[in-house]
Amino acid sequence: MPLYHTEDQAMLADTVTGFMADEGGIKQQLRYYRDMGCQDGFGHALWKQFAEMGLTGMLASEADGGLAMGHVEAGIVLREIGRNLTPSPFLTTSVMGVTALSGGSDDLRGRWLPGVIAGDSVLAVAIDESPKHRPERIAARAEKAGNGFRLSGNKSFVVQGASADAIIVAARTSGSDTDADGITLFAVPKDANGITHENLRLVDSAMASNIRFDNVELDGDCVIGQVDGGRELLNKVLAAGRIGSAAELTGVGHGAFDITTAYLKTRKQFGRLIGEFQALQHRAAHLYSELEIASAAVIKAQQLLDGGAEKAELMVSVAKAKAARTCNLAVREGVQMHGGVGMTDEYDIGLYMKRDRSLTEFMGDQYYHAERVAQLSGY
Amino acid sequence: MSDLENFRQEIRSWLEANCPAEMRQPVTDEGDVCWGGRNFVFKNEAQKQWLERCVAKGYTVPDWPQAYGGAGMSPAQAKVWREECARIGARPPLSSFGIWMLGPALLKFGTEEQKVHYLGEIARGEIRWCQGYSEPGSGSDLVSLQTFGEDKGDHWVVNGQKIWTSYADKADWIFCLVRTDKANKYQGISFLLFDMTTPGVTTKPILLISGNSPFCETFFDDVKVPKHQIVGELNRGWDVAKYLLGHEREMISGAGGGDRLNAIGAVVARNGLEDPMLRAELAMFDVDALAYGCMGEKFLDEAKIGKAHPAQPNMMKYAGTELNKRRHELLMSAGGATALEWDSERTNGGSPARSWLRTKANSIEGGTSEVMLNVVAKRILDLPGA
Ligand SMILES: Cc1cc2nc3c(=O)[nH]c(=O)nc-3n(C[C@H](O)[C@H](O)[C@H](O)COP(=O)(O)OP(=O)(O)OC[C@H]3O[C@@H](n4cnc5c(N)ncnc54)[C@H](O)[C@@H]3O)c2cc1C
Ligand SMILES: Cc1cc2nc3c(=O)[nH]c(=O)nc-3n(C[C@H](O)[C@H](O)[C@H](O)COP(=O)(O)OP(=O)(O)OC[C@H]3O[C@@H](n4cnc5c(N)ncnc54)[C@H](O)[C@@H]3O)c2cc1C
Repeated sequence: MPLYHTEDQAMLADTVTGFMADEGGIKQQLRYYRDMGCQDGFGHALWKQFAEMGLTGMLASEADGGLAMGHVEAGIVLREIGRNLTPSPFLTTSVMGVTALSGGSDDLRGRWLPGVIAGDSVLAVAIDESPKHRPERIAARAEKAGNGFRLSGNKSFVVQGASADAIIVAARTSGSDTDADGITLFAVPKDANGITHENLRLVDSAMASNIRFDNVELDGDCVIGQVDGGRELLNKVLAAGRIGSAAELTGVGHGAFDITTAYLKTRKQFGRLIGEFQALQHRAAHLYSELEIASAAVIKAQQLLDGGAEKAELMVSVAKAKAARTCNLAVREGVQMHGGVGMTDEYDIGLYMKRDRSLTEFMGDQYYHAERVAQLSGY
Repeated sequence: MSDLENFRQEIRSWLEANCPAEMRQPVTDEGDVCWGGRNFVFKNEAQKQWLERCVAKGYTVPDWPQAYGGAGMSPAQAKVWREECARIGARPPLSSFGIWMLGPALLKFGTEEQKVHYLGEIARGEIRWCQGYSEPGSGSDLVSLQTFGEDKGDHWVVNGQKIWTSYADKADWIFCLVRTDKANKYQGISFLLFDMTTPGVTTKPILLISGNSPFCETFFDDVKVPKHQIVGELNRGWDVAKYLLGHEREMISGAGGGDRLNAIGAVVARNGLEDPMLRAELAMFDVDALAYGCMGEKFLDEAKIGKAHPAQPNMMKYAGTELNKRRHELLMSAGGATALEWDSERTNGGSPARSWLRTKANSIEGGTSEVMLNVVAKRILDLPGA
């Protein structure tokens, strides 16, 4: 398969690019909700518009009322979300959440997917339990209790966790904390008893929750997929989140790059446009090159994932590590090349710098994924 | 089955039947590369056989038209050919400046007669070409070149000096940039072809830091070049030269495949990898190398449908060569003291050290990294005054 978008994908990209620039722009969305101190960290009206565009159910099957598209298409949306820094539950809900639920029963999908596809509900994904991404270690436990389970434990960095109608939780139903087996995924309704949120604002104005589950009673039909056999599904959810955040990062990087090169063409010092200085030109050209390479790695990983290829796992980690490193370079160079104004809240470049940090951390940073590349390569 | 799948099966069974086992071994030194040409000495029978079989099918230049010695493959078919060759580790049957550089330029700028004649010779591996661009005073600033061709009616008389001419002492013909109008900088250069055995052509090898002498100073002393041996129009050779440079840069970038795209951590680890800091650097390198491999694939895919930015080969050359230099720095570190050996048998005559030193030229030959960045800044980013 050639490494560029098909005609259909290119059409989708055109539509989404226009939509996100018109409706998801920094002033209308990110700054607006940030400045009002919104506790969701995103706007529900825009989420409803996502639904009207058919984006909320992109990854859901046609039988479930979705569009049965893949990670290439979801990546198109995420890239534009990144470029515009649009606060949106798309990644956790429509990419990771839907991937999780697709492994669930008819009943479970029927319970949650219609709301998601209609843009009425939001999902969050609770996997990590420490400040760094370590999905190999899951200590939160769900003990069998009657027909159902009783869930206890802590989950951290659950993006939009306090706003979610259901939280997809990875918990241990057997074995010890670092066992690969013994994991079960649950769709936990927000109003279940025993859930405490510590709802926190992050550096990029997104909201994330540290969640405490204290003997939360769950029906057996909250289980997604198989009891004790959830690791495979969890890995799918992780892959979706990783490649999704990588795609979003390339959008953030390109967005930062575009406003920076535009600035180089307008700011004058020493009687010249600063873009005339070779010291800056070379750094901008290097950055361009890195961004191109990161984007290539991302589309390759998306295609492999959609095709179910064995190499997908490796390339997803390559893509996330490369996108994280590159986007970080883009925002650092962006602020630096803006000079003093880069440090002000008035200019957008600093917002890109903040978003980069959050997204890089989400589902594993460059260090985590480079380590995975080494392990998957056999060293 | 789709047509392309049928084609893949066809290629696969042809390769199975025709690619000799020796030609499926990795290339370990210069002698393994088949350059062709009048004076080429085959290393073994398998190398000769492999070339002849590919020539008969047009597979030395699979995507050139059949009329010019190619196999007339579509872009998608050529990709299948590359994938199938890579699958069994088949070596390129023929490597040459003719294939990588002159060929594409002739396909675009040559007359029908030139195409049939020169492209055929290249495809069959009969003539080996060298590149006469750089001069002592004109490296990055190539357009300032001084080698002059004086108009003598039906021919030019060329005088001057070229430098860094790779394989000038082994090549049969040269494609050469010659000033034919002193009053006009850009539109005063012509792109000439001539035989290296023409009276007045001499070469003098230059010793490199790697201890090898693959390139030469080349001197022209009243060299007669017939008028029909010009490519493109008189004084418009710069257009041909630039077009050719695009292909040269693409080739040096390694985008088309080869070990430049490979990760190295696993290979290094086979001999033990005790240093965690080195392991970490290898892992970061592998991330970059595997990502660059995707870029190579994307670049070729986009180039074939005319979607790549015309200046994109400059970016590829910059990224690919800087990556390759980093690769060899890491390989030297991983090799430790063994990698320092200069002529021992177990290092195949100092191969790690010599290869490491050779890679330093990657970001110089064909246009330096700094010049690549200048071109990207100007032509792709449209930065002011670049
Ligand atoms: C937190 C903070 C506190 C400050 N406090 C004070 C203060 O108390 N008093 C005060 O007077 N000032 C203060 N400054 C201003 C500071 O000194 C300037 O921001 C600084 O001199 C850079 O100028 P500029 O912001 O106009 O950037 P510009 O000069 O516009 O630079 C923009 C970019 O172009 C690059 N550039 C410019 N010229 C060249 C060149 N010739 N070659 C290559 N690159 C070039 C710069 O390196 C930079 O990356 C402060 C700034 C900050 C951020
Ligand atoms: C192994 C090898 C094989 C070669 N084979 C051939 C061949 O077959 N045929 C042929 O014609 N040539 C060949 N070359 C020559 C090659 O193309 C030149 O070396 C190259 O173009 C650089 O020119 P130069 O060596 O004169 O360096 P210079 O142009 O003198 O450059 C010196 C330094 O200045 C920097 N610099 C120059 N201009 C700028 C600028 N505007 N902005 C920023 N930095 C700048 C360069 O990047 C470099 O770092 C070969 C070179 C090597 C190393």
